[in-house]
Amino acid sequence: MKSIYKHHLFWPLCVLAALLLFNLFYSPDFFSITFRDGHLYGSLIDILNFGSPLILVAIGMTLVVATSGIDLSVGSIVAISGAVACLSISKASDQNMLSLILLSVLMAIVLSLLLGVWNGLLVSAAGIQPIIATLILMVAGRGIAQLITGGQIITVTSDKYAYIGSGSLAALPFSIFVVAAVLIAVTLVTRKTALGLFIESVGCNPAASLMSGIRAKWVLISVYMFCGLCAGIAGLLLSSNVSSADGNNAGLWYELDAILAVVIGGTSLNGGRFYLLGTVVGALIIQTMTTTIYMIGVPPEITLVVKAFVVLAVCLVQSSAFRAAIASRWKTRHYPGEKEITRHVS
Amino acid sequence: MFLKHKYVPILVTITLFLAMFAAGSFLYTGFFSLQVLMNLFVDNAFLLITAIGMSFVILSGGIDLSVGSMIALTTMVSASLVQQQGWSPAVVIPLVLLMGAVFGSGMGAMIHYFKIQPFIVTLAGMFLARGFCYVISIDTITIDNAFYTNVAQTKITLPGGSFISISAIIALAVAAAAIFIAHYTRFGRNVYALGGNEHSALLMGLPVARTKILVYTFSGFCSALAGVVFTFYMLSGYGLHAVGFELDTIAAVVIGGTLLTGGVGYVLGTFFGVLIQGVIQTIISFNGTLSSWWTKIVIGLLLFTFILFQRVLSARRSVLKQ
Repeated sequence: MKSIYKHHLFWPLCVLAALLLFNLFYSPDFFSITFRDGHLYGSLIDILNFGSPLILVAIGMTLVVATSGIDLSVGSIVAISGAVACLSISKASDQNMLSLILLSVLMAIVLSLLLGVWNGLLVSAAGIQPIIATLILMVAGRGIAQLITGGQIITVTSDKYAYIGSGSLAALPFSIFVVAAVLIAVTLVTRKTALGLFIESVGCNPAASLMSGIRAKWVLISVYMFCGLCAGIAGLLLSSNVSSADGNNAGLWYELDAILAVVIGGTSLNGGRFYLLGTVVGALIIQTMTTTIYMIGVPPEITLVVKAFVVLAVCLVQSSAFRAAIASRWKTRHYPGEKEITRHVS
Repeated sequence: MFLKHKYVPILVTITLFLAMFAAGSFLYTGFFSLQVLMNLFVDNAFLLITAIGMSFVILSGGIDLSVGSMIALTTMVSASLVQQQGWSPAVVIPLVLLMGAVFGSGMGAMIHYFKIQPFIVTLAGMFLARGFCYVISIDTITIDNAFYTNVAQTKITLPGGSFISISAIIALAVAAAAIFIAHYTRFGRNVYALGGNEHSALLMGLPVARTKILVYTFSGFCSALAGVVFTFYMLSGYGLHAVGFELDTIAAVVIGGTLLTGGVGYVLGTFFGVLIQGVIQTIISFNGTLSSWWTKIVIGLLLFTFILFQRVLSARRSVLKQ
């Protein structure tokens, strides 16, 4: 019994269940899923579909956070990748050519990988703090995205491109399969090879991992590269879902939502440990929360207040100083010498 | 070297500002005038005030992401109290300043007592302040109160025919006060010590808790003051005012030569960092063909250069020590 609630997924899942339960009472048809024209429709499917870019970005962010880093530039990479793909498609005469779509997608992915490498180099080779290193791309990236789109919203009319973000495969949204593929791949690579351990050890102590023969620099670069890749794919999903690219607003606040998802999932911002499934649950919680707030009819902007309290609550629970303060409140009996002893012991 | 090492970054910043201003003067007619220089203060008064608060936070080794939202919240609260409730500005302005200070000290207390990273706490603060804006109203509230419009339109003519606004004077006063606080008071010394090494500061018996909380209080106060100035500038309250402003502010501090790890830097550097951002915008608006998003790219590039430059400097310093 103890092992159940000690499990890292216990609390995130509880929150998710509570949110879903609230929805069940609030609107009974929340869970109804209907089958029409070979598609499944329903709130749950929507949460999965609209949440998939966030899940992707958050998965990438998890690995970065595990190395005790942070990537603020994901929102900008989301915008850039969508902008590049949409621009190259919109330039063509026949927007439905398969080779064109593949080429555009490939271009966007390669570019986001390069942006990831840039971040990785700044962090590992130049030794700049991750927050600051990625801040550069976060500021400049929005400018670059607007430069690509020319300050306009580029719209494309391509069924094939729209399929990525809004098409469906086997009655389920295609984006879910993309997320599943990435999740399975990264789980296999990190948990079935030593790479996951390398990432965690770099997050714990870079110097010690270097001494034990881990190429910390390469681990860092590849982690930021992967985060860039995830953000790039998320950008493709987002822009193809609405068949347009908006350099200004695409992926705005994504970095914050992704960090929030990672933290809710139980990954500590101090690095050294990561939980991919926890992150997925965290991202789902955020998406469910957003959907719920829309459904209740509260102005969606209020989500920010709710998110603020969630961040604070999660951080307070993770903070050992806070737990100690609460614990000493609970303890009723104080021994006079106790304080003295603990001071010397610790 | 005749120069002390510690003055190199700030000299680079000042030289860069002078070079950019000179370049603008050569390229565009009408650029080289006192009015263009004064306009830098007029248009960037709120950035200067916020960046000064941020400098203290960064000097103490922290970061404050809530400044942009705090500005928005201040405009929103002022607008709704003055415009919709009919309160007097004489009550509203002290009230919002107090609100900013209390908000900042709350965040500071959380950072210090619960040992949560400043990044996360102020991130939550950012969400919270932005969210409260929307709780007040989702739409823009325009202000047509006589006091606010008067302050906004007052131009103080300087000798030489150029003019400056009241906001700019407030900003310059804050800058002067901040330079005094940072370099000539005990609190300022404590901030540098805290940023240099928190553990040593504690062992030296410096009031770490008080300093840390005061730093965030000061930053909250500064962003509320910047919000008041911003209200004069925009004459409206809106939840989307100053989105992404925290990054401009951090960029100004970094370009000003303050180390992000804390402990090293000058308020005067921040002053010139703000002016550099202003010059970039002025050059882009004088050019007329460049789009405004070039500002972001140039600021990104400058950030990159300065951070790299700092890395090289600190690497050299550690080599020298060995």
